Amino acid sequence: MSSAGNNGRALPRAGRALPRAGRALPWALVTPALGWTLLFFVLPFIAMGFSSLTAHEGGGFTLTNYSQFFTNPSYWQAMENSLQVTAIVTVVSVLLAYPFAWILAEQVPERWQRLALMLAVLPFWTSYVVRSYSWLLVLAQNGVINRALTGSGLFSEPVQLANTRFATVTGFVHFFVMLLTLTIFANLKQLSPSYRKAAADLGAGPVRTFLHVVLPLTLPGIMVGAFLTFVLCIGDYITPQILGGNNELLMPQLVMMQIGRRGDFPLPSALSIILMAVVTIAYLACARWLKIERA
Amino acid sequence: MRQIVRVASWLYALAVYGFIFLPVVVLVLFSLQATSFPIPPFTGPSLRWYDAVLSDPRLTSALVNSLLVASISSLTAVTLGFLSAWVFARFVLPGSGLLRGLITLPLTVSYLIIGMGLLVLFNWAGVPKSLLAAGIGHVVINLPLCFAIIYSQMGDHQINIERAARDLGAPEWKVLLLITVPVMAPAIFAGFFLSMTFSWDEFVISFLLTRFDTTLPVEIWNLLRSGLNPKTNAVGSLVFAVSIILVVLFELTLLRRRKA
Repeated sequence: MSSAGNNGRALPRAGRALPRAGRALPWALVTPALGWTLLFFVLPFIAMGFSSLTAHEGGGFTLTNYSQFFTNPSYWQAMENSLQVTAIVTVVSVLLAYPFAWILAEQVPERWQRLALMLAVLPFWTSYVVRSYSWLLVLAQNGVINRALTGSGLFSEPVQLANTRFATVTGFVHFFVMLLTLTIFANLKQLSPSYRKAAADLGAGPVRTFLHVVLPLTLPGIMVGAFLTFVLCIGDYITPQILGGNNELLMPQLVMMQIGRRGDFPLPSALSIILMAVVTIAYLACARWLKIERA
Repeated sequence: MRQIVRVASWLYALAVYGFIFLPVVVLVLFSLQATSFPIPPFTGPSLRWYDAVLSDPRLTSALVNSLLVASISSLTAVTLGFLSAWVFARFVLPGSGLLRGLITLPLTVSYLIIGMGLLVLFNWAGVPKSLLAAGIGHVVINLPLCFAIIYSQMGDHQINIERAARDLGAPEWKVLLLITVPVMAPAIFAGFFLSMTFSWDEFVISFLLTRFDTTLPVEIWNLLRSGLNPKTNAVGSLVFAVSIILVVLFELTLLRRRKA
């Protein structure tokens, strides 16, 4: 993500470049950022870890919060729902975004591309809460889509769209199509045209060139985008809560419900840590492909 | 064949644009509804719901709170990010790779878990729920972003300008303030505006860490409990407008950098 600006250039050792400032200056300037991260990111995480190992606030050491997750079917169900929704969202978003990004990069004239891309990701910047609410308006029992369906005579009665998994997936896909269009577009633009020329010179048609040259070369970028989708999707509370309702719970909803209902932190702490473990496992599983991108 | 591909491309692109803009158009259109349900048929245009938003003290104070939290937390994040990025770009500290990793680590953790951790810590330390607590959380999520943006823009050419100033007798704080900050201004602005938009939109951390005085997204969330309401459309449209302004400012600073 961050590429160092000092490519292979010998950096001054701390203290040596700044005779007057001495060794203290760099540490003094970097301490606030490090301190903030330690105090408000690492320490809370440790606190959460300790909390997850107690039966209740201030109680003794126990593993019940973790064992509950494996024995209580409704908790396990929430994880299953989360994984299913996230998998569906990731696959659908990639399948929708790739052709779209390809059209923007290949079919739209060069001078309009920037504008076309900016337009395509404009609603990306609406707030989470507002975006999900907007979809609720669209999908409601007497909302725009149902009016169109009943008005056109296709359906005699409104279809239940809101408060379903379909609504959750739609809200998520809307967001991630925009995100993935951005990343895949960037990927396609980075491809050197000489690859395509070489394929054409060797006699490949446009379809073969795409399947054997363009697609494999953009695959690492797709993996990075898909991983990002996975991480952001599985940790989001707003979209499933507003659009899916309480018919089926996803993990973040379960965590928030435990906080709200019991005002007690051990169990939600344990659930958060489990959720994070799943993301870490996904990262390790994808790490092989994610690394290709960096090289 | 080429013609078919072109027509299919147009149709597909139009469909995706339609999908992307459908909720936004519905949101803004029915914020102008004259009657009290934001569902078809459209009865407007009317500005009564914008009027209702601006005369609602809870919403207006939440709006002020949001702006305050966003600007102060972004300023903090960008300052800490800039100082640490400068140090990592100019000096070799022992274990600097590890330390850089530590600073960017919060990027990989979901907001819910960051908020949850702070909630547990603050509860344990007796820190009350407040805007300040939420602001602290916003710095946690935006500091790595500012750091990454500014660090990636620190190049070698700036070292020489800094060295020249130093040779001419400028003390270190003057070099930083009068040379490095202006040279890095586009990256610093970009980090600041991006932090502003993220903090402005952030929900779950504010929801967990504030109680009575809260930010706009949380207040909108409270509005949602009363079901579909054109007032929510109006305030949502306003929030969207502010986000767009921030994004345009961000784009402009990026463009300026590219021209430079």
